[in-house]
Amino acid sequence: MDNIRKTTKIQELTYELKIKDVMSKNVETVSSKMPVSSLRDILYKKRISGIPIVNDDKLVGIISIEDFITCLEHGEMDALIEDKMTKNIQSLYADELLVHAVIKFEKYGFGRFPVISRKDKKLVGIITKSDIIKGVLKKLETAYLDEEERRYRASHIFNDVVADELFFKFQYFVEGKNFDKAGEAATGLKKTLYRLGLSPEIVRRTAISTYEAEINIVAFTKGGQIIAYLEPHQIKIVITDKGPGIPDIKKAMKPGFSTAPGWVRELGFGAGMGLPNIKKFADKMTLRSKVEKGTHLEIIIKLSDYRKED
Amino acid sequence: MKLLEIKELLEAEVVSGEDNLDMEVNLGCAADLMSDILAYGKPDSILLTGLMNLQVINTANISDIKAICFVRGKKPDENIIKAARNNNLIVLLTNLPMFETCGRLYKKGLKGLGYLGLDM
Repeated sequence: MDNIRKTTKIQELTYELKIKDVMSKNVETVSSKMPVSSLRDILYKKRISGIPIVNDDKLVGIISIEDFITCLEHGEMDALIEDKMTKNIQSLYADELLVHAVIKFEKYGFGRFPVISRKDKKLVGIITKSDIIKGVLKKLETAYLDEEERRYRASHIFNDVVADELFFKFQYFVEGKNFDKAGEAATGLKKTLYRLGLSPEIVRRTAISTYEAEINIVAFTKGGQIIAYLEPHQIKIVITDKGPGIPDIKKAMKPGFSTAPGWVRELGFGAGMGLPNIKKFADKMTLRSKVEKGTHLEIIIKLSDYRKED
Repeated sequence: MKLLEIKELLEAEVVSGEDNLDMEVNLGCAADLMSDILAYGKPDSILLTGLMNLQVINTANISDIKAICFVRGKKPDENIIKAARNNNLIVLLTNLPMFETCGRLYKKGLKGLGYLGLDM
């Protein structure tokens, strides 16, 4: 595994895109001389969770829905915004690389950052985590459409996405004993990860581990599910079923040990290599099982050495 | 080695990927146990197998294997051919037995996996 690329396509994109490429430009702002009660309409109607406070084009603070609720609790709706807002603002420059936004979100845990121009420090936009996701996906889509080999529409990515923010979650249900459908989850996941731009080596290792686990669900259980979490630094695959469970995990991990029935062997599996293969391709593998209750298998594939900087 | 050359050496029939026979594969691997292919298979290779079912197509697809040759005169059903076509896999059928198949390709210079080592 010497050829693992150091960064994923998504990480690369955060170095390619600038904050101004993904930020929201139509920002609702309020003057600091207004009462807190004036925020009610904007927060409610626009469904936003934070508003930059601007006086004469200059960003002077930010006020969040949490601040608003606190004022509501304390009966301070008539107080001036300037007394309740956060004045020590963390902001980003429009021409900064997107990766700086990612790092700042991790560092401060805020929901949003105002974006200002480097030249005159005027407010030009606002950025949230979902702006980052949308921007990266849009860029991926463009890059994807440019590819010669466009067999699938990139918008298909969105069909598999359950959660947003910086994590993707892909969920697959696997039928027990149905070998006609075995492999659908693993091949589906493979296509999706490939389309998201992960390196072929990572995609291949993830697909092989998932496929072996999927074969196990089909061969031995009444059915189960596979959930893959694409996180900033790793892919986590959680495979669960409802039994019958593994009586002796140590034995099951031994290459060549198998309890597979003949029909599984006829299909080219069941030689006791499934779990050892998963271990071989995963960076980390955790297997828990209770007889009659079910089995819980967790596979971690590390994406790369995550770049730390700032 | 070009797939067209492989087709001729094995006197094979092509049932998927007819238009891509000028593609090259850099090595061959032969097995009927799909877990072994998953463990040791290499991208851009040709898989030689006597096993005939949908999981062979899935295994090749998952492992980034380009082409499959089914040996000993096995005939795929429609579902298998369809799955292969959907995944852009090239599928050859030969009447030769496994040993003969491997021998003909090896003799003409197609490489195998070499010494695997015991990395399990």
